[in-house]
Amino acid sequence: MSELTHLTMAAALEGLKAKKFSSRELTDAYLAAMEKHRDLNAYITETPDKARAMADAADQRRAKSEANGLMDGLPIGIKDLFCTDGVLTTAGSHILDGFKPTYESTVTTNLWRHGAVMLGKLNLDEFAMGSSNETSYHGPVINPWKRKNSDVKLVPGGSSGGSAAAVAARLAMAATGTDTGGSIRQPCAFTGTTGIKPTYGRCSRWGIVAFASSLDQAGPMARSVEDCAIMLSAMAGHDPKDSTSVDVAVPDFRKALTGDIRGLKVGIPKEYRLDGLSPEIAKLWDEGVAWLKAAGAEIKEISLPHTKYALPTYYIIAPAEASSNLARYDGVRFGLRVPGKTLDEMYELTREAGFGKEVKRRVMIGTYVLSAGYYDAYYLKAQRLRALIARDFTEAFKDIDVVLTPSTPSAAFGAGEQSDDPIAMYLNDVFTVTVNLAGLPGISVPAGLDSQGLPLGLQLIGRAFDEETLFRVGQVVEKSANFTAVPAGY
Amino acid sequence: MSDNTKNLIEGRTGMWEVVLGLEVHAQVISKAKLFSGAATAFGAEPNSQVSLVDAAFPGMLPVINEICVEQAVRTGLGLNAEINLKSVFDRKNYFYADLPAGYQISQYTQPIVGKGTIILDLPDGSRREVGITRLHLEQDAGKSLHDQHPSKSYIDLNRAGVALMEIVSEPDMRSSDEAAAYLKKLRSILRYLGTCDGNMDEGSMRCDVNVSVRKPGDPYGTRCEIKNVNSIRYVAQAIEHEARRQIEIIEDGGTIKQETRLYDPNRGETRPMRSKEEAHDYRYFPDPDLLPLILEQSFVDGIKAGLPELPDAKHERFVKEFGLSDYDAGVLVAERETAAFYEQAAKGRDPKLTANWVISELFGLLNKEGKTITESPISAAQLGELVGLIQDNTISGRIAKEVFAAMLETGKSAPAIVEEKGLRQVTDTGAIDAAIDDILAKNADKVAEYRGGKDKLFGFFVGQVMKATGGKANPAMLNERLKAKLQG
Repeated sequence: MSELTHLTMAAALEGLKAKKFSSRELTDAYLAAMEKHRDLNAYITETPDKARAMADAADQRRAKSEANGLMDGLPIGIKDLFCTDGVLTTAGSHILDGFKPTYESTVTTNLWRHGAVMLGKLNLDEFAMGSSNETSYHGPVINPWKRKNSDVKLVPGGSSGGSAAAVAARLAMAATGTDTGGSIRQPCAFTGTTGIKPTYGRCSRWGIVAFASSLDQAGPMARSVEDCAIMLSAMAGHDPKDSTSVDVAVPDFRKALTGDIRGLKVGIPKEYRLDGLSPEIAKLWDEGVAWLKAAGAEIKEISLPHTKYALPTYYIIAPAEASSNLARYDGVRFGLRVPGKTLDEMYELTREAGFGKEVKRRVMIGTYVLSAGYYDAYYLKAQRLRALIARDFTEAFKDIDVVLTPSTPSAAFGAGEQSDDPIAMYLNDVFTVTVNLAGLPGISVPAGLDSQGLPLGLQLIGRAFDEETLFRVGQVVEKSANFTAVPAGY
Repeated sequence: MSDNTKNLIEGRTGMWEVVLGLEVHAQVISKAKLFSGAATAFGAEPNSQVSLVDAAFPGMLPVINEICVEQAVRTGLGLNAEINLKSVFDRKNYFYADLPAGYQISQYTQPIVGKGTIILDLPDGSRREVGITRLHLEQDAGKSLHDQHPSKSYIDLNRAGVALMEIVSEPDMRSSDEAAAYLKKLRSILRYLGTCDGNMDEGSMRCDVNVSVRKPGDPYGTRCEIKNVNSIRYVAQAIEHEARRQIEIIEDGGTIKQETRLYDPNRGETRPMRSKEEAHDYRYFPDPDLLPLILEQSFVDGIKAGLPELPDAKHERFVKEFGLSDYDAGVLVAERETAAFYEQAAKGRDPKLTANWVISELFGLLNKEGKTITESPISAAQLGELVGLIQDNTISGRIAKEVFAAMLETGKSAPAIVEEKGLRQVTDTGAIDAAIDDILAKNADKVAEYRGGKDKLFGFFVGQVMKATGGKANPAMLNERLKAKLQG
């Protein structure tokens, strides 16, 4: 059975087509693995009955030659930020206790329409706020990777930590993630998996619990660039229910995987060579440059001068939007309610009990930066900087086709190692937030192991709606790196 | 502004001027809410018209309803206002149980409609222009019901998310009469445009009044806002009370503090709504779920081309084309339906005579029966026929009143009634002469008295002849013949 869980989606599709195994067999293999590795705490809710029913339906379609979906019969996990009809949806928070939506998010609807099979709902940082998956009310997720000769539990990154851990540990063929400041790319880098944050507006946000509406974007997390390409083709598309979703055609992203990047111009932003950048990360980055050069790409140094403002800008805009988006969790209509003597007291008690420390911190920061007297100095200034950061990229993309950077400043760290220092934690996003602020697509591809045997990732950033270039170049990185490592025991 | 002496209020220390600005919340006529597909009908079962968006369920997103945008633009054009081709929706953040998202989607710095004007028709017949500052679109909140349970409040979200236009005036009004005239005129324009039904008793038009006082010529004083006054009469009363209250405070050496107040019509006073400590910081910021609203000029032009004739233009036309007095024109154009009724009745008839009949007879009847013009038991065509009969001398005005009563009673047409009852006016000079001769012969003594100088007896003779002809003698003809014969 374990061979089944090691297949990529592309390979599994071939196997299904050739009737080497059924979707039900594939699904059962994953359900067994999920049960076996519950210690990782990757799933908040497992939906085995649903999974088997969906797999059986896929097999029936296959038998009738009606398996037309891009992911027909492939079992995947869903980040528990996506609303799923009749299935508990928690956003990793106590405040959504018992919340079972009566509706299905557009992205998951698209996936089911393409025949994907739902294994369950994956753990995440509370309301997607975190870089280590330690802020979840449902407990931290454990990274399946371990340092050489060490038993220290490592974080899988966040906020899509459950998704990354599940994909890495072969508890799902792929998973949905969402990325507001790096929440797909950073956990992918920490777990040796591949994930893309598409262009803002590529995937519908309808039915995804909102963190920061102008930055949130759903994307696939999988074990190969090709799998991400397949899954993004299935997930994406214009949705009239999301006013910020963009009406552009969704290409068959697999067709972009030509392997040919001759003449492509790759930008290396000098501002990303931070003081104190770990030598191992710097070395990996240099390797990436060498691989692309060897494949015929042209390398150019570029400047993104406002990079240093990206983190502070992000940590004003994201909390500002979050403070407003999270106002609806008030105990009145759904989820947790802690009764009080007055309406205000009910709000206070409910939100005190329902939100964790990090969520409260961001709600307070966001409320502060939007307050009368501070709005201009913080929120408005951050919006201006955001425009400048976006302009940096627009200027750079006049001369280049894609940007290559590290995904993260370090490999996965130990549980609890950064949780006392929010600023250190926020630094995890230093290479990824600019992409969200500019609304661009960014992909993280596993590119090597550090000296302790932990995976590291490289990030590619593209022009708006040019995910195809990211997939094409990403696959070149993937092949050059020849990353075949699997966490021990999985 | 030049001649405001008539509006001044006398205080102990001299005369005071009241300065008024109005904010009207007008519910947009549309089948669906501003950002969700839910229905908007008034009076439905609680929480029966609520979508997941209205109830702010996780992951739900707003999508603008184009009809509401069209209505806002239409209203802006009706107020002679600038239409902003780019406007932005903002979130106004505050917690309340009937505000499910914890924020109201509104427009703050960039509203859809900018500066405009409105012309007030004042009770003394004069007219006055008042500036419109802006009009913006926003969502209504739900309703909290505090009287359904001893210790709990119930929430009805039917209204949550319904589109409102907030229409803000400049502080250009100087008396409660002007404020009342503003509301009447605004309501009239909204109804003409079909953008708001203007029913204040159903809450589809609500008014906040900003009141301040000053000595004439001084800068503006500190204002207080009186929230949610729900009838034009109460608006006038609230202004009177609030102006008095402010004058007394200042004359007693105090100062006015800027605050929000509520008008209590039962006690005839305004009182503070919330203290300063509870004042909200709404933390407005652009709603990231919505892109800026961009309109094409052609969209605006299309709406402009389809605008109906509005009260001011109609007024002018009625005066010019029909020779009506300003007063009559004003009365007839106040409601679109009345104007339409009048125009239909007056088609091919004497417009002034028709106006008189609509204003005095028909309105009198409708008032008595508590009906509106659309519920009139006599149709415009029927009234037109009646006026036609007067105009062509078939019946006299006096007989017409009798016919009018019979029309009301039987539902029959005026010509039918005239035929049936034989009310056709006698215009045959021979018949009139005969009747006059007969009466004069029977009253030789009075004829002598008349000729001796007792002019007043003329009316007596008229009455007698009319009686003899069953009221059908043409009055003008009768007068003329009688005068001749008496002089003869």
